[in-house]
Amino acid sequence: MNTRTVEIGVGLFVAVGIAALFMLAMQVSNLSTIGSSGGYRITATFENIGGLKVRSPVTVSGVRVGRVDVIDYDLHTFQAVVTMKIEDQYKGFPEDTSASIFTAGLLGEQYVALEPGGSMTSIEDGGRLQLTQSALVMEQIIGQFLYSMAADKKTDQPPDQKTEQQPDQQPGG
Amino acid sequence: MSQPVVQIRDLRFARGNRMIFDGIDLDIMPGSVTAIMGPSGTGKTTLLKLIGGQLRPLSGSIRVRGEEVQTLSRPALYRMRKRIGMLFQSGALLTDLNVFENVAFPIREHTRLPQALVRDLVLMKLEAVGLRGAAGLMPSELSGGMARRVALARAIALDPMMVLYDEPFTGQDPISMGVLVKLIRELNLALGMTSVVVSHDVREATAIADYAYLLSDGKIMNHGTPDALWGAESQWTRQFLNGLPDGPVAFHYPAAPFRDDLLGGAPR
Amino acid sequence: MLDLLQQLGRAALGLFQRLGRGNLFLLQTLASTPGILLRPGLVIRQLWSVGVLTLVIIVVSGLFVGMVMGLQGYNTLVDFGAEESLGVLVALSLVRELGPVVAALLFAGRAGSALTAEIGLMKATEQLSGMEMMAVDPVQRVIAPRFLAAFLSMPLLAAIFSAVGIFGGYLVGVGLLGVDDGAFWSQMQDKVDFHDDILNGVIKSIVFGFVVGWIAMFEGYDAVPTAEGVSQATTRTVVHSALVVLGLDFVLTALMFGD
Repeated sequence: MNTRTVEIGVGLFVAVGIAALFMLAMQVSNLSTIGSSGGYRITATFENIGGLKVRSPVTVSGVRVGRVDVIDYDLHTFQAVVTMKIEDQYKGFPEDTSASIFTAGLLGEQYVALEPGGSMTSIEDGGRLQLTQSALVMEQIIGQFLYSMAADKKTDQPPDQKTEQQPDQQPGG
Repeated sequence: MSQPVVQIRDLRFARGNRMIFDGIDLDIMPGSVTAIMGPSGTGKTTLLKLIGGQLRPLSGSIRVRGEEVQTLSRPALYRMRKRIGMLFQSGALLTDLNVFENVAFPIREHTRLPQALVRDLVLMKLEAVGLRGAAGLMPSELSGGMARRVALARAIALDPMMVLYDEPFTGQDPISMGVLVKLIRELNLALGMTSVVVSHDVREATAIADYAYLLSDGKIMNHGTPDALWGAESQWTRQFLNGLPDGPVAFHYPAAPFRDDLLGGAPR
Repeated sequence: MLDLLQQLGRAALGLFQRLGRGNLFLLQTLASTPGILLRPGLVIRQLWSVGVLTLVIIVVSGLFVGMVMGLQGYNTLVDFGAEESLGVLVALSLVRELGPVVAALLFAGRAGSALTAEIGLMKATEQLSGMEMMAVDPVQRVIAPRFLAAFLSMPLLAAIFSAVGIFGGYLVGVGLLGVDDGAFWSQMQDKVDFHDDILNGVIKSIVFGFVVGWIAMFEGYDAVPTAEGVSQATTRTVVHSALVVLGLDFVLTALMFGD
């Protein structure tokens, strides 16, 4: 085998291999979207985070602006503390932005949706969101639904107990 | 007389439970051609590997130019090996390199000579064995005799002080054999080196040797100049040199008496 | 009964001896690897026979594995109305598992066996012994460049396998079955993490390259120098490589994705 052919072949092989690695990094993975180490952090506390995980998306109006960075539990308030990393280009959310945990589709993964408020001051790096809405847990919803059904049936017979059902109408919260 | 190039004293070596050498004394004089002969399986090749430091003896000493081989450090051993050429029975040519590159191999590995000089050296060595025209062939395209000549050219590439020949004549047709006999003798004279020829081809080996050792059963059975050996009284020496089918070395492998074996009946 | 015990004992001792020899051999190889970097020509020639010549089987297998996963994945996902996750499925399984593992198995079969046979034959024809007598260390001259080439080729081959496989999945999913082009890539980019998935896959393939190279070299170097011995060593290379790669894959997966 000619030395030149060998060297060209090996050169091609290495180039193609590195190109494949590069393609995996840029085209397949999130390397291009994360932008190395940039971004700032905000935290929010939730009663219940449901199936939220580290690296779950954080969105505003459906646009992904960051990811969940850390999930922790506060032993004083007995609440989950979720730290989110928001990309630098989405700086300047109002202070009174609210955070909710939603589910994408019926069986999809859970994500944090931010809803900007009307305040003039922006939230700082490391700031905390005050308004939060926890995840909906399927069992709770079904349980409440069954309970209210049963309650509905009872109300049909003794009509004077109507006031008791009121708090159960709205699940979640 | 000057100091021997190789001096072996009371060498013992075993493979498994089998004693290959059981107390051997052997001297190889500078500038001589020494033949080491013996029946197959007496460890003649092993002896060469012991001299080259590829195997370690059980006990005894092997000195090459006064240096104890088994106590040499790795770099010192490699320095010593650079001064020893070895011709393997199979030739041991590197199958992925052509003839030219095979001969150039030790030169390239051990020196930093310019390409042009390497080329001249290689062509010189190939010319010496008469194969300059075959420089571009691959080892698989060579006949057995040619391969051995190429290996010989490679063995002398670094102008060694000693060349060890492992069964150089085995499996060669008469013409190749004659060529090799001539080459070994001529190179010995022309380069002033020491040659050790391990062989069981009695006629060829004794024809070129200045001195010969006969080895059998881990011992030196006889030694002397070829003429002295041909005239030796010893039964064993006669049987070996003349190739007689029976003598001190029995035709039969040791066994129970034939009659007992036939009548014993018990299958083994 | 005692005979049986003796046999067991002998087998165990033999195994430990081999393991010991294998480790010593590895140390020797690693010690002579830096020296070989001064002679890149030797490594390049081995990269050719180890890497470039394995490329064809890697590319073809990768393409088909990706296409099959595209088909199978689509049929499963479409029941849940989640066929847009096809890209994620194909990419994650290739990058995390199939790329490194299948590439390593193919590599052991194509390059590992060839290396063992080559070195075993060099031993059988006294080429290694001859080098030693020429004061050339065969471990440095023959083993180290091949080992280094195996070690360097494996991650590249695994990456090529994954990339081609994803392309195969894309061909079938988007080209044939009509998954949305944008969703295929965007979901993939969303779910595949560079550090957790891609880098871990690369680490896996590096480990596999190291192990397969080691096994192939050692089996060749330790082979009984006869035709039969070399053929047995070649078989052992493929079998042992496959077992070790799969076993190590489990361990590595547990370490990387276990939590």
